[in-house]
Amino acid sequence: MTTSVTVDRRAFLRVVAIAGGGMLFGSYVRTLNAMSPDASPDASPDGYTFNPFIKITPDGKVTIIGKNPEVGQGIKTSLPMVIAEELDVDWKMVTVEQAISDQRKYGVQFAGGSLSTPMNYEAMRGVGAAARWMLIAAAAKTWGVPAGECTTSHGTVRHASTKRSLAYGKLLGAVATITPPALPKAAGGTAEVATAADGTPVALKDPKSFRLLGTRVPQVDDKRIVTGKPLFGIDVVVPGMAHAVFEKCPVFGGKVVSANLDRIKSMPGVKAAFVVDGGAALDGLLSGVAIVADTWWNARTARNQLQVQWNEGPTATQSSEGYAKRALELSALPPEKVVRRDGDFEGAMKGAAATAEGAYFYPFISHATLEPQNCTAHFKDGKLEIWAPTQMPQPGRQLVSKTMGIAEDDITIHMTRIGGGFGRRLKNDYMVEAAWIARQAGMPVKLLWTREDDMHHDHYRQAGYFWLKGGVDANGRLVAWRNHFIMDNVAANQFPARFIPHYALETSALPHGVPTGALRAPGSNGLAFVIQSFIDELAHAAGKDPLQFRLDLLSQPLLPATGPADQGIMDPERMKGVLELVREKSGWGKKLPKGTGMGVAFHFSHRGYFAEVVQATVGAKGALKIDKVWVAGDIGRQIVNQSGAENQGQGAAIDGISEALGQEITISAGRVMQNNFDAYPLVRMDKAPPVEVFFLITDNPVTGLGEPALPPVIPALCNAIFTVTGKRIRSLPIGNQLAG
Amino acid sequence: MSFSLKVNGKSVTVDVPPDMPLLWVLRDVLDLKGTKYGCGIAQCGACTVHLKGVPVRSCSMPISSMQGMEITTIEGLSADGTHPVQQAWQEIDVPQCGYCQAGQIMVAASLVAQKKNPSDADIDAAMTNICRCGTYNRIRKAVHRAAALGGAPATKAHGATDDEQMEATR
Ligand code: FES
Ligand code: FES
Repeated sequence: MTTSVTVDRRAFLRVVAIAGGGMLFGSYVRTLNAMSPDASPDASPDGYTFNPFIKITPDGKVTIIGKNPEVGQGIKTSLPMVIAEELDVDWKMVTVEQAISDQRKYGVQFAGGSLSTPMNYEAMRGVGAAARWMLIAAAAKTWGVPAGECTTSHGTVRHASTKRSLAYGKLLGAVATITPPALPKAAGGTAEVATAADGTPVALKDPKSFRLLGTRVPQVDDKRIVTGKPLFGIDVVVPGMAHAVFEKCPVFGGKVVSANLDRIKSMPGVKAAFVVDGGAALDGLLSGVAIVADTWWNARTARNQLQVQWNEGPTATQSSEGYAKRALELSALPPEKVVRRDGDFEGAMKGAAATAEGAYFYPFISHATLEPQNCTAHFKDGKLEIWAPTQMPQPGRQLVSKTMGIAEDDITIHMTRIGGGFGRRLKNDYMVEAAWIARQAGMPVKLLWTREDDMHHDHYRQAGYFWLKGGVDANGRLVAWRNHFIMDNVAANQFPARFIPHYALETSALPHGVPTGALRAPGSNGLAFVIQSFIDELAHAAGKDPLQFRLDLLSQPLLPATGPADQGIMDPERMKGVLELVREKSGWGKKLPKGTGMGVAFHFSHRGYFAEVVQATVGAKGALKIDKVWVAGDIGRQIVNQSGAENQGQGAAIDGISEALGQEITISAGRVMQNNFDAYPLVRMDKAPPVEVFFLITDNPVTGLGEPALPPVIPALCNAIFTVTGKRIRSLPIGNQLAG
Repeated sequence: MSFSLKVNGKSVTVDVPPDMPLLWVLRDVLDLKGTKYGCGIAQCGACTVHLKGVPVRSCSMPISSMQGMEITTIEGLSADGTHPVQQAWQEIDVPQCGYCQAGQIMVAASLVAQKKNPSDADIDAAMTNICRCGTYNRIRKAVHRAAALGGAPATKAHGATDDEQMEATR
């Protein structure tokens, strides 16, 4: 079914011939993506820029640009699939090329917030559909038949009644004579139509006719990965390149006073050693000592002899113990800030039939991407060329430009494949370090952090302390909730706001010197643990089935929104949908052997609805075995790549379990106490449960998946542990809390 | 100092400090970038290669202990990704970021060469490398699939003829 819509007059298709035959197809737009916080200035005098995403050559080969950084989320495969679907070419005809960082050409390019799919899905459809329209128009003109009688499939235009067909590669000459149309724009998801200058419609495909989207497509880099091809930042080689290590103060924000540079310069292979002054921003260029050598091993070996006198600065007096002590003090004081107050919490607690109370904590954790931070930079004739595994190339360019006084236009950034991001590479500290060191050393340099550097200089997931109280009425209805959150801010509309009539959300700040940043499902990855565990406490206090208790909570009448900040909360019906799905798939409520039990939790984040059930067994001496995880998600009307989507869902669940079981960064004397994976355990094969992933298809916009599947698994696990043992996990990681 | 060894069937001599780990000789001297650095302390397995068919963590093996040894890296497992383990990995679309996968594949190749039909317990015991992205469900599935594809001698396929590789994948 197709419906007409208003055409976005600012977006057109454009076609450009390339040397040696072949055509580039792309959008031609006046503004970049409206969601962009930093759209680059327009490139051409009329304000339009050309965004070439498709190349077709006379031999019929199709090249599609992967516009965003590939961090393991599968975007280099999935966005080109969207174009290929609308273009109506076979996936095997397609080669995907990674774009360089150029926001004028490709629009906003980053990997974060699970936004790549929602920001690009409809736009990529439009580009593919308009290119297909051009090819049809070219064939119709060649044959002298109405375009409306032509169809496409497998990269070929066909005219059924005259049994004629022409492959796309054979139509490129004729394409050059066609006036490109405006881009179709889908608002509601049904196939919609824009109108070309001559009045013929430019339609998106009806999703029912999709041949590629929703199928299982292996990542385009799989073969290169399994054969060990150099794809990652760490693999970059530039002719004449040297290798660098960079030692920063173990205490956050500390500065170099002096270093034994002469000794270092005399070490084998060392080409340069110098102090970098750096600035104050913990995610910018920091003070440290750079050592540049012929091999990384020589640079690292020289570093063993490095003696630095540091001015450690004020953070040196801080510790995890100190933070906990301060949090406890703050919990006894009136909160600094009342974020929200609905109804009468105190009154409701007095009248409650049952109440619960708990102090919750989650620690700082590290991203621990398996590929340590690294970057290669080459400074020549005032220009910088950078090869970086970064989730945020454009902000990296801005950071380098500002720190080094080099114009943004003189900085080229190549986006390499990324050996894991999880939010770590939203920061570009390693990029500015590499650029600075390369310029000062006067040679191309690859900077590689050691694992220890990586663990000591992360932008950690913020820790948090919570004091909660809640109550249920005689009908077992959750009526009162108070949360005093000690660390930083929390959104006033954070669930369960508006679902509970007597509700108080309060915060007190706990300032500290530890750099923090987004980690996969930021905020949510910790909050879900607290909120969904405490809901479980109240379900048990009410004597209700924890899953039914959640469905009932989601069915309570919503308090009216108090302002714009209350917009954008979850749609309870969608959450109930995934809860019902996970109830069915997990066999919730079935009889399980003694020592085995299930826990459930849900969470809404990054536009995604996820409910998860964990089945766990606790044996002698508290030995915990996670038997299985069921993940049910609703991310809209279309799964782009079934294989990639399941992989993300499984990975998120295992990532969350890994965080819950053992991950913790502790601070002592202003520095991180964990050095490497021996002290920072990640889940391995023997502890990784089978994870089954299910998607509920609903008629909603297509949204992202990197993050929202993670948060519920942690409370679902803790709730399962409670079911089995009666022990409530209120502090992460679980560690050995079950022992004894 | 100079050290001679065999890497992927080729004799090589390198002039490097004796304490330089095999990992860095492979990556930075021989330009074989498939073997990865993750921790440097034999914890993660990203650097796994075969030493006479046995998986070892190359970040913790000084080159001085490698004199005359035969090493196979991911690049030597097959010329073009046709080793059964590599095939299974592609078929099942195991990778997320992909950074750990060369190491995982090297361990798996040795496992299926030794055990015709590895059990889940065998897989738990052998596959101890870290995958930060959590692809363990698919790794497990792919090891079973590789075994079904016939496994293969762990280090044989390097320099194998097309016929031999076809054979190995049947
Ligand atoms: S790099 Fe060798 S085991 Fe981690
Ligand atoms: S796929 Fe990313 S570490 Fe394994």
